[in-house]
Amino acid sequence: MSASILSVRDLGKRFGSMVAARDITVSVPARQTVSVIGANGAGKTTFINMITGHLRPTKGTIHFEDRDITGLPSRNIKRMGISRSFQVAQIFGSLTVFENMCAAAAIGRAPRNFMGHVLTRLRSRESIAEAETLMELFEIARYRNMIAANLPQGVRKLLDIGMAVAGSPRLLLLDEPTSGISIEEKFNLMQVVMSALRNRKITVLFVEHDMEIVERFAERVLAFYEGTVIADGPPTVTLADPRVQALISGPKLQRAGSVVTNV
Amino acid sequence: MRRGSQIPVSLAFLAAAAAAFVLPDWMISLATIAFANGLVVLGLIVMWRAGLVSFGQALYYCVGAYTVALIARWSGLTDALALVLIGGLSAGVVSFVLGFLVARYREIFFAMLSLALSMILYGVLVKTESLGSTDGFSVVIPTFLGYAPHQEQLVLALYWLVLAVCAIAAALIHAYFHSLAGALAVPVRDNEIRLEFLGMSVSRLVHTKLVISGLLAGAGGALAALVVGHVDPNMSYWTTSGEFVFITVLAGAGSVGAAFVGSLVFESIRSLAFAIIPQLWQMLLGSVLLLTILFLPHGLGSLLGRLRRRLGAP
Repeated sequence: MSASILSVRDLGKRFGSMVAARDITVSVPARQTVSVIGANGAGKTTFINMITGHLRPTKGTIHFEDRDITGLPSRNIKRMGISRSFQVAQIFGSLTVFENMCAAAAIGRAPRNFMGHVLTRLRSRESIAEAETLMELFEIARYRNMIAANLPQGVRKLLDIGMAVAGSPRLLLLDEPTSGISIEEKFNLMQVVMSALRNRKITVLFVEHDMEIVERFAERVLAFYEGTVIADGPPTVTLADPRVQALISGPKLQRAGSVVTNV
Repeated sequence: MRRGSQIPVSLAFLAAAAAAFVLPDWMISLATIAFANGLVVLGLIVMWRAGLVSFGQALYYCVGAYTVALIARWSGLTDALALVLIGGLSAGVVSFVLGFLVARYREIFFAMLSLALSMILYGVLVKTESLGSTDGFSVVIPTFLGYAPHQEQLVLALYWLVLAVCAIAAALIHAYFHSLAGALAVPVRDNEIRLEFLGMSVSRLVHTKLVISGLLAGAGGALAALVVGHVDPNMSYWTTSGEFVFITVLAGAGSVGAAFVGSLVFESIRSLAFAIIPQLWQMLLGSVLLLTILFLPHGLGSLLGRLRRRLGAP
């Protein structure tokens, strides 16, 4: 068990009388690539938000590298080595790609105290070098001088994930990395992301709706339904599970008809 | 590149200091008050870069001024440098305390809350008879490390003091703009969520900016009190704050030097307008603001940038 980088026990979250997550117990070994699937409102994003400190769980514990991080503020959790990207890319719109990366790299390298932020320079040689490396790694170096707000959707996503990787996290949570991306681009984007993350030896949890992508890139699949994990195993096993097929990956009609209650 | 941009700025300060030997007294007085106000504008630029506009900066200006006037009156301390330091620090403390409230707000709420706070101080000062109510009271003639100048010498000494404070402030703020905390201003404006998830505390970044601009406004107000020799509640009135915002628009947030150039241009235009069309001087100022917004949306500072690029090009 001590080999696991993330260990979640009996996790639950209620919003008033609404149960968004319940009885989630999962342990993730280091450097595994895990996909999180489920219909809208199944609790995937709630799960991610609790691990990153955006939401405070009402029940259970979260351990990262054997340290209890339950309920810590997101800033501290980031500093400990858990980073995330967003369903809608969160970038600095009026800065260039390079400036975005450089800011992320500089923050990742900066000392943790207030004086450290006043005394370190944004454009130190090290942060520039890190920004260059990350732009190469995520194959967005040719957009380096473009203003981020004008970037094509796929590049925005890559920039968002690249910024999350700055500061050398050990665990990265990707919330729907391929949402808003055309079918033709999806595989290419995931290819770039996954090889970059393998290069950095990062453990990955990614939320995904496209089962082909899940099959292709995940080593393990967590299937969420009504706030809890109903199946957990390698893609071939989980995706073949009749319950998963019936409730999540099954007939497309059923998925399209499900009520959108994203939290 | 950074060192290259520091040389012209230092030269400009030296030239301004040397100009005192040739310029007539009224021009020196005009420049003195303009540069003192330039400190307040520099503080507004610090916030402006993060997308925050304060319509109540006169609060800290007034706190700095009244602190100097009161300390000099009660303790008999007359040393200008010590008074300016105390004035700036007292405004810094006030902005630190109020920052816990103000740093939580953005955009129009930030602007209106800061305006409201400055008007509270105005209201209190107007009602305080022991401080002269609406008339205010006069400030002692300062000394400079034991040197007690009069008339023309005093004008010169105050001018150089203001220049020295401005030069120190300009150097420190220049360094701040290149530090992580200072350079993250645009990210604060663009996307607070991303900054938080990169591991930065946005509220702390904003709070720091509030304290820096409070310190600068307090120092500016302290200097203004010594230069004018009088303080009154109008220093905290909203039109005073509005004037500082006006100068900030005129100057633009592009560089440190722009704050002082903008302030000097503003004071000159105002004196000129007052001399030429005493009844309609506000109309002329309004026209200048309109033209700035239409044709120089990034302020006078952007002209300096353009000039530098043209000189830098082969």
